[in-house]
Amino acid sequence: MSEENQVEEQPKPLVLEKLEANYADARLAQDASRGTVIIVIRKERAYAVLEYLKTDPELAYTFLVDVTAVDNSQMESELMQFDYARFMVVYQLYSYQGQCRLRVKVPVHENDLNIPSVTGLWKGANWLERETYDMFGINFEGHPDLRRILMPDDFEGHPLRKDYPLRGRGERERFNFDKQNA
Amino acid sequence: MQGGLERATGEKMVLNFGPQHPATHGTLRIVLELDGESVLKATPHAGYLHTGFEKLGEHLDYNQYIVVTDRMNYLSPLSNNFGYVLAVEQLLGIEVTKRCQYIRILMAELSRLADHLLWLGTAALDLGAFSVFLYSFREREKLYSIFEKTTGARLTTSYTRVGGVLRDLYDGCEEDVRQFVSNFPKALKETHTLLTKNRIWMDRTKGVGAISADDAVSYGLTGPCLRATGVAHDIRKAEPYSSYDEVNFDVPVGTNGDAYDRYLVRMEEMIQSCGIVTQVLDNMPDGPVNVEDNKITMPNKSDAYGHIEGLIHHFKVVMDGHGVQPPKGDHYCATESPNGELGFYIVSDGSGTAYRIRIRPPSFLHFQALPHMLEGGMVSDTVAVLGSLNVIAGELDR
Repeated sequence: MSEENQVEEQPKPLVLEKLEANYADARLAQDASRGTVIIVIRKERAYAVLEYLKTDPELAYTFLVDVTAVDNSQMESELMQFDYARFMVVYQLYSYQGQCRLRVKVPVHENDLNIPSVTGLWKGANWLERETYDMFGINFEGHPDLRRILMPDDFEGHPLRKDYPLRGRGERERFNFDKQNA
Repeated sequence: MQGGLERATGEKMVLNFGPQHPATHGTLRIVLELDGESVLKATPHAGYLHTGFEKLGEHLDYNQYIVVTDRMNYLSPLSNNFGYVLAVEQLLGIEVTKRCQYIRILMAELSRLADHLLWLGTAALDLGAFSVFLYSFREREKLYSIFEKTTGARLTTSYTRVGGVLRDLYDGCEEDVRQFVSNFPKALKETHTLLTKNRIWMDRTKGVGAISADDAVSYGLTGPCLRATGVAHDIRKAEPYSSYDEVNFDVPVGTNGDAYDRYLVRMEEMIQSCGIVTQVLDNMPDGPVNVEDNKITMPNKSDAYGHIEGLIHHFKVVMDGHGVQPPKGDHYCATESPNGELGFYIVSDGSGTAYRIRIRPPSFLHFQALPHMLEGGMVSDTVAVLGSLNVIAGELDR
């Protein structure tokens, strides 16, 4: 993720220019790979930047394509780059107006899993954030209904974390038939 | 009627719709809060078919995972195969041969037809139109015969490979497909005469489950459901992948965003797909179907058995840590699947297994928007709206 290469290659995408002018303090890194601009922003400013990206009439990233996370605990290079933040929350945005994609990443530390919810900006964010909570345990603050969505309500753990084993964590052993019937 | 019932009972009723209801198309569940016949609140529940596809992606190599993509939208597995390998190829930075691109488009459009046909049959069946179901399954069967001959399987096709496809089209494929597309518009016309101006069909679907363009964008609807609201967006046009920029087709749009418009959009899309298929067959280039890179694609069987180099290449491709290894980085690739935007977000750590695979399924966001379309309507419209969205449990829960 080097900024130098980016500047040399081609004129800077509008979104980077505008973010630099307005939210220089929010940016941690940026990149443009395979036609998509990628920006990494500070958690504290995430909501403000996403709101700006959506509402700015020139950018108009009105379509929130996806919200997900990546557990970087087994990816040393990523960990080192972002101050050992274990999780990276990834937002995929699309602008119908500019017909371009944007990937916004927000590093989240394991000791503070809170991140502001964007359900107020996009209605579709509701379930996407619920799934991210279900699978990674990221806590979206201000979410109206942060429950598990794919896993059962009484499930323990977050299956897409890297320390969660592929074949589950002893549900069968713990499953108490007598208790269930009582 | 609503007022009368309110006076009669004065209380709300909670109705559990699914997961084992014939009209829920798989394991979907909606909890409806009713006041008489009208829906006050609808709460969809997902997860009954959760199989951990994303977790599996972190433990299977790039070619093994193609098998898993069959099971996502199991009505059009060829589109999933296509979308997934495209993401891996873009991550690798390779482009497949022209013939391979055309074959993939051909298969993707035929599976769009198959998907829309199944949707048409079941959505009409839900509302009581049994003959439409028979007519559309008759046509779908012809497509499945083509799929079976091409891929060896009807459902679990696993046809694409990173850098190519399983094998070239079979002899006589072109004739089979041409025969299908020449007869199909006539067959579809039968359905049009049965449904499009049918008084019952129009009463049951017009103005039912309507959503505005702004809400559709905010909810993240894509594909026919988005286009029915009037947003003319199609990834095949906006970001042409493979060789979609070399074929001509129209993007049909609706105006009201209701169940009837979603029906009309899908009907027209089938005709457009037929046009694409014809163009693809007309311009089908010759040449190999796999990229000539022995580190990515399998050698011919005769090479693998007859030459030591071929055997080594074969061995290398299938051995863990020697086969397809995209460079470190991440990539999001979206394709226009029959239901809408099917995206694969792949994070690679440089090894032969993805570090993280995220599937962005269209059905997940469509199912989420269901309460918006149901609330304030009648309970009998639930079936019509759910049918019109074509939510596929396999890709909803993954």
